[in-house]
Amino acid sequence: MKSDQHEQDLLKGLAIGDKQTIELIYRDHYNLIQSLIINNNGSADDAKDIFQEAMIVLYEKVRSGSFELNCQLKTYLYSVSKRLWLKKLSANNRYVISGADLEPSFPVEEEVEAHEKRDAEFDMMEKAIASLGEPCKSLLEAYYLNKQNMQVIAATFGYTNADNAKNQKYKCLVRLKKIFFAHYKNGMEHE
Amino acid sequence: MSELDRLEAVERYIKGEMNPDERVAFEQLRKSNAEIDQLVVEHTFFLQQLNRFGEWKKFRSLLQVVHTDLAEQGSIRSTRLQGKARILYLYNRYKRVGSIAASIALVTTLCISGIIWIFSPPSPHSQFEELNKKFTQLEYKTSKQATEIDQIKRSSAIPVDMPFTTGGTGFIIDPKGYLVTNAHVVSGAHNIVVQNNKGEYLASLVLIDKMRDLAILRITDDNFKGYGSTPYSISKKAGQLADPIFTLGYPRNEVVYSQGYLSARTGFDGDTLSCQIEISANRGNSGSPIINRRGEVIGILNGKQTNAEGFAFAVLGKYIYQLSDSLRKLDPSFPIRLNGRSSISSLDRSEQVKRIQDYVYMVKVN
Repeated sequence: MKSDQHEQDLLKGLAIGDKQTIELIYRDHYNLIQSLIINNNGSADDAKDIFQEAMIVLYEKVRSGSFELNCQLKTYLYSVSKRLWLKKLSANNRYVISGADLEPSFPVEEEVEAHEKRDAEFDMMEKAIASLGEPCKSLLEAYYLNKQNMQVIAATFGYTNADNAKNQKYKCLVRLKKIFFAHYKNGMEHE
Repeated sequence: MSELDRLEAVERYIKGEMNPDERVAFEQLRKSNAEIDQLVVEHTFFLQQLNRFGEWKKFRSLLQVVHTDLAEQGSIRSTRLQGKARILYLYNRYKRVGSIAASIALVTTLCISGIIWIFSPPSPHSQFEELNKKFTQLEYKTSKQATEIDQIKRSSAIPVDMPFTTGGTGFIIDPKGYLVTNAHVVSGAHNIVVQNNKGEYLASLVLIDKMRDLAILRITDDNFKGYGSTPYSISKKAGQLADPIFTLGYPRNEVVYSQGYLSARTGFDGDTLSCQIEISANRGNSGSPIINRRGEVIGILNGKQTNAEGFAFAVLGKYIYQLSDSLRKLDPSFPIRLNGRSSISSLDRSEQVKRIQDYVYMVKVN
């Protein structure tokens, strides 16, 4: 089964992080996922977390250039959400999903596992950046994440010129890389 | 070449910022020097990770914003579980512990309240300073003013030259126009006006509880349009020590933000009606909401200790619920509905403040 043109357009919008597209997908599919979670021992907050995580799985999929879902968008989001929620329930030793399915499922185990691995990596990066402290944290975020110009950064952070700011930035980067790779190698050994 | 210079060269190479000559020279170096080659590989990988991390973070915060917006518009059924779904959820989740907890709680409550009643000392009130501001031209009482007030009451418009003697802060608890502030801000008031950047409105005192230092006001002005529901919720729990908190209030003629943390669970001299917070509070901050990072109002700033700087006290949020309950009993025709669920829990602080500030008013009294 091929996803139709409208859904293809949505996926392309999602790939570039278009806010309107996200709103459209959110509006059409959130309530279904919320029903799934709430009928299975979850709260509205859980529903929000799970739906957003499923959106991230989808985002990562389309970011990698694959716009072929091989099923409807709705089925995809439902299957990923269900898988994620099952994992969360069993991790908390709560009850396992029961009752009638609201929607047929589609096998997504691999995607969910890949997502969890990436999520762990991003978590690690977040912790590594946070552990740098100021001004390194803000400096690196401004340059590498928000893609600000070095001149602008020098002005906002109060460096006398862009070269000083650049020097400081590289010092911070060396520290970040050390922390990141120490964790990264640790993580590899555990697997 | 120092470590930093080397890293800079590698990064410029990866990002394609080198000019052709530099590039050729660098590629030569890379071929001859295995260490440099490894650094290029490693750094490429690292920059990729960092880039993807940045996109992931941006996407996540975008999702939060979309969720909050759609929930506000009512396009998705969120923020509140209603009716059957909520009962089902609560029952499933709590049926096992519920009955045990209830019986233990009953016994404990009776014991503790007995002990507290026996041992708590009466608090010395001289060290406690209420934070309402006294304006300089205070105690302006003439017969002329009394007649003016009568006119105001009849005309329901705010006269230009009304002299206000004290003031504080208040915030909306029900979008129909109910505000809460401190009792000491409005006690003995002839006229009350609330003001923020949206406008200036006449208000009247609905209910006052001097013991808990709380008062409910209602905006009676014809020009007041009402709101959608409040973005923040009122929390019955104070939270954990060291929880970060912030407040918006009117110590001057403009709304002022300050932040701090919860520093003790009890208030001045062991007062269990309130809690202690570390925040810079000034005259005029009385009645400001104390809000935690999830956008829940945990209390109302009501005073600070005169012989120590930096810490202030807040009346706990649960007493707002009690006050609104007693109002409901007095006058069932105007029920106050408190928002029990914050719609801004996952937004950044600055976004939260942006959404809250329209709901915070300066309370002017004479």
